Amino acid sequence: MPDPNSLFDDAPCGYAVLDADGVVLSANQQLLRMLGRSRSEVEGDRTFASFITMGGRIFYETHLLPMLLMETAVHEIALDLISRDGAHISVLVSANLAPGSSERDARVRVVIFEAQHRRRYESDLLDATRSAVQARAEATALAQTLQATLIPPTPPSVPGLDIAAAYRPAGDGSEVGGDFYDVFQVGEDAWVLVLGDVSGKGVAAAAVTAFVRHTVRALAMQVVDPAMLLQRLNVALLAHPTDRYCTIALLRVCCTPEGWRLSSAVGGHPLPLIRASSGDMSELGSYGSPVGLLNDVEFRTAEHLIIDETVTLYTDGVTEARREDDLFGDARLFELCSRLGPEPGPIVDGTVGMVLDFQNNNAGDDIALLAFCATKDRCQDEPAPRKGSAR
Amino acid sequence: MVFVHGFGCDQHMWRHVVPAFEQDYFVVLLDLVGAGGSDLAAYDEERHATLHGHAADVLDVLHELELQDVVLVGHSVAAMIGVLAHIAEPDTISRLVLITPSARYLDTDSYTGGFSESDIDDLLNLMASNHLGWQGPLSALVLPPAERPEAAAEVEQSFCRTRPDIAAHFAKVTFLSDNRADLPHVSAPTLVIQSRVDAIAPPSAVTFVYETIAEASLEAVDTTGHCPHLSAPGATVAAIQRFLRP
Repeated sequence: MPDPNSLFDDAPCGYAVLDADGVVLSANQQLLRMLGRSRSEVEGDRTFASFITMGGRIFYETHLLPMLLMETAVHEIALDLISRDGAHISVLVSANLAPGSSERDARVRVVIFEAQHRRRYESDLLDATRSAVQARAEATALAQTLQATLIPPTPPSVPGLDIAAAYRPAGDGSEVGGDFYDVFQVGEDAWVLVLGDVSGKGVAAAAVTAFVRHTVRALAMQVVDPAMLLQRLNVALLAHPTDRYCTIALLRVCCTPEGWRLSSAVGGHPLPLIRASSGDMSELGSYGSPVGLLNDVEFRTAEHLIIDETVTLYTDGVTEARREDDLFGDARLFELCSRLGPEPGPIVDGTVGMVLDFQNNNAGDDIALLAFCATKDRCQDEPAPRKGSAR
Repeated sequence: MVFVHGFGCDQHMWRHVVPAFEQDYFVVLLDLVGAGGSDLAAYDEERHATLHGHAADVLDVLHELELQDVVLVGHSVAAMIGVLAHIAEPDTISRLVLITPSARYLDTDSYTGGFSESDIDDLLNLMASNHLGWQGPLSALVLPPAERPEAAAEVEQSFCRTRPDIAAHFAKVTFLSDNRADLPHVSAPTLVIQSRVDAIAPPSAVTFVYETIAEASLEAVDTTGHCPHLSAPGATVAAIQRFLRP
């Protein structure tokens, strides 16, 4: 049996026994060495707490001691001791309580491990984590700002058209998606409505989204025919250093004496949905090639006169919404649009709500929707004052 | 009687004291919002940016129970929470027992609270290194536990556990608070209990509280440390009983 005194004094850690008041009754050689003090300076009337930094003493009194008294042991508590020369020694402390025959006879056994390197590493790690958290929050904020510039929050007011749109990013909304829409004027009586989806997610996709949107805006000023416009967009996107592509539905609407005349071309995107006043649903035009993927592409312009109809554009975040193995699908969307009535607002809000419900409010992909119909006011009456406005 | 715990742990701090009063009093125990079993989602860095938010929480509980004429026993920072709640509603809280109270922890030229600002920084740093059963402190920083359902299951049952961000915020609110100007507004009979040796509420701070409250009496419990109700529950109970039944 080894000498008990040696077991105590030469243990590979500091070791102290405290009385019920926390006064150090005995300290081993290792602890005296850490503190740089003689036995008589440590044992007898000083509390263990008096060798801890002030901040540590608060922690000791408010956390460590209560836990020790209630749970009879504490483990791996980080504290800083103060040595005789004022140096701080980072340590890890574990302690347990040896109950005595009375409250006053209780003893506390404390072991103290020097942990300078570990504590410094830990503190570096904490600092690094804090800056990572901050950087991530900043990146998210930046991405959201960028995103906000990509999506008009509300479509502009177009005389003679009732337009509603919605955008809902996937998941918790912290990641920028590639869905976009845009509505802008290209002539006295002509407007372009566009909705699309750039492949991929994140800032890189968002940058390409901006490129596509602005290219469409610039081309639309010169190119009237939607299919031709998509051809040009294909060339521009192929020339862009990105390897991302997009799918897009591009509509040009023009106010004529008969009503709104629509010409539309689609590049690899779900076709515009047309809801007749009867509630019957149909799709307009034909799928073209995705834009920015191949040199050899084909787009066709479809013409249509809008009569009491509602046109809806959407991204695949709607129809490809998943619930386990079940897809939301075209049939559900058609049935829903038919049921929601002719007005764009209810169609957009109702569809977004339904698709989110379908996925338990955790959208697997971005959702973008744009719907419009002709208002009762004839587009060409503008800017004449509206009749019948009582005043 | 309502018992309010201080900075650090939760209502379990009172378990050696409460049984002595259950016979004669309707006893209410609570965890401050952000501590123990409270709804952590209710912790609001604006509402709880001062001790007034916690005082309002305590009053909310008393209102819900439709209690009047309550004896509030507050430890440490909860002594000041009790003072604020009493000043707001003297009829609801009509007697105060303040255990190791301090109205201000930081020193000024003319006042000794016992701490400097660097001591508080030191405390915050140590708290960041000590998570007391709150598992995965790094991942908790990255992702709030609310977003990680499995985190709840990882939490060790420790009555001093607190979510690290809340603990750090509450530490700042506690140790940077200054309620010295509130004390003259206390009209309730008040018992101040001090411990023989207490690093958190030094004699200068406890004496200030005792001398500034009009109707205060002082009892010193022969123990060391900041928590006489834990280290000397018998003597603490006796002191409170002398106050309640003079």
